[in-house]
Amino acid sequence: MKARSAVGLLAAGAALAGAIVFVRTKSAVEREHVDVYFADGSMLSLEAGSADGDRLLPLARRALAAARG
Amino acid sequence: MDAGQALADLTEISAQIEAAVLADHDGSVVASTLADDVAAKSFAEAAAELLAGADGVRTEPGSEPLVQVEGAALDGSVFVAKDDRHLVAAVTKPRPTVGLVFYDLKTCLRMLEREEEAKAGKAATKTATRRRTTKKKTEEAESEGS
Repeated sequence: MKARSAVGLLAAGAALAGAIVFVRTKSAVEREHVDVYFADGSMLSLEAGSADGDRLLPLARRALAAARG
Repeated sequence: MDAGQALADLTEISAQIEAAVLADHDGSVVASTLADDVAAKSFAEAAAELLAGADGVRTEPGSEPLVQVEGAALDGSVFVAKDDRHLVAAVTKPRPTVGLVFYDLKTCLRMLEREEEAKAGKAATKTATRRRTTKKKTEEAESEGS
């Protein structure tokens, strides 16, 4: 009986952890951002909500819209 | 290979790229995969603006120059890469393979640069040959005259 509840708890914990990882990964991937790459190989990631991100994202959206007509 | 061919090759090798434009740094269109010239111009100008806007994010003196930008929106991504003379911009569906798209854009720019160098080399050889011929003719005319 004890072993059964331990397995059940373990399964519930694993499912919860999986769900958290899934939601976090999905939200990270779908977040709008602008990545700026420099000659030395460094990169700056500017997310929506940051000053530079909010300045550059409309330009990116405009380029997308222009290319798609 | 001309600019149009370089872009055609780009869209052929990269299945992720929907449309692309090659332009000068000021946004003047050199070649485009878009049928509509107005759309191509507007795309090139927006890409040049994005590049210029991104150039200002690092203001420290001596900071490295910007080479490429990816703008990721919910409905797709726009990529812009540049070299000394041109910029190439492309749009993709959401969640593209970023490294691969940039690699293809850089390849396109390199191919174009190599072609322009080859053309410049040919032109220089032609001019040198023309000069040698003219000089030879002048020498012949002088020797005939004397």
